[in-house]
Amino acid sequence: MPGEVKSDAELALNLLAGDEDAFTQFVKAFHARLSQYSFLMCGHREDAEEVAQETLLKVFESIDQLRDPSRLKSWVFRIAKNECFMKRRKSVFAPMVELSLDDLRPGKVNDGEAHRIEIADWTALPEDLLLDTELQNALTRSIQELPEIYRSVVLLRDVEELTTEETAEILDIKPDAVKTRLHRGRLALRQCLDHYLRTATEGGQA
Amino acid sequence: MNDNDCCSVFALLSEYLDQELAPATCEELEEHLRGCPQCIQFVQSLKRSVQLCHHYGGGTAPPVDPEVMAGFRRAYEEMLAKRRGSHEKTPQV
Repeated sequence: MPGEVKSDAELALNLLAGDEDAFTQFVKAFHARLSQYSFLMCGHREDAEEVAQETLLKVFESIDQLRDPSRLKSWVFRIAKNECFMKRRKSVFAPMVELSLDDLRPGKVNDGEAHRIEIADWTALPEDLLLDTELQNALTRSIQELPEIYRSVVLLRDVEELTTEETAEILDIKPDAVKTRLHRGRLALRQCLDHYLRTATEGGQA
Repeated sequence: MNDNDCCSVFALLSEYLDQELAPATCEELEEHLRGCPQCIQFVQSLKRSVQLCHHYGGGTAPPVDPEVMAGFRRAYEEMLAKRRGSHEKTPQV
């Protein structure tokens, strides 16, 4: 199997050459991840499937306009981001919310003489997220609840694992803004999950 | 442990995890971590949270509907035909 995995550049060139395998491989590789990205970005399964389909249609219609084949993935996600934004305009418009670092710091607990921070036991988490459906759901909710400007960065950088530069290009913002938003987004996500883990422990489930 | 140091470290943690800090800054940050169990605990939770995102998989996606797949194929073939048309001088019969 590993031998069959093609680089983005190779996949794009094969697609342009009319290679049938490349077409199948592309749909297989991108349909699921685009649905996932759109679901986390838009919040609705139906929207997600529509965004994934519309994105793939646009990709096939215009892949001959992709200038640098090695940037296939960021080119595809730029289309998906635009499709998600179109969906957003049709639904409730979320006002822009900015997070401050102060709000994301853990609370302090005065524990007799020592000062502790308020934090869950993260060492108890399973290695494989799929083994824990509750945790998977908590992560999904936490990502979807992030204010949009942070969610869009966290999704591209940490879920899709694109680079800072690719993310900046997709979102039309400066690399420094990607870094700032990523840090705040990660801290907010951590805070949400920490809260989930603490309440799960209190309920005797963790 | 100094609260101000914890705050400075707090602001740099993502760049630290992404190994984007300048060597001198990274050295200072690790020096602080060695003496601050609370910050270590916090960094570990942040690192774990990022790892969860890396491994995110919302379950297996349903297979693509055959009609939708046919639509993709049509768009793909039209793009290829347009491309061939612009590259080849001889008209297609």
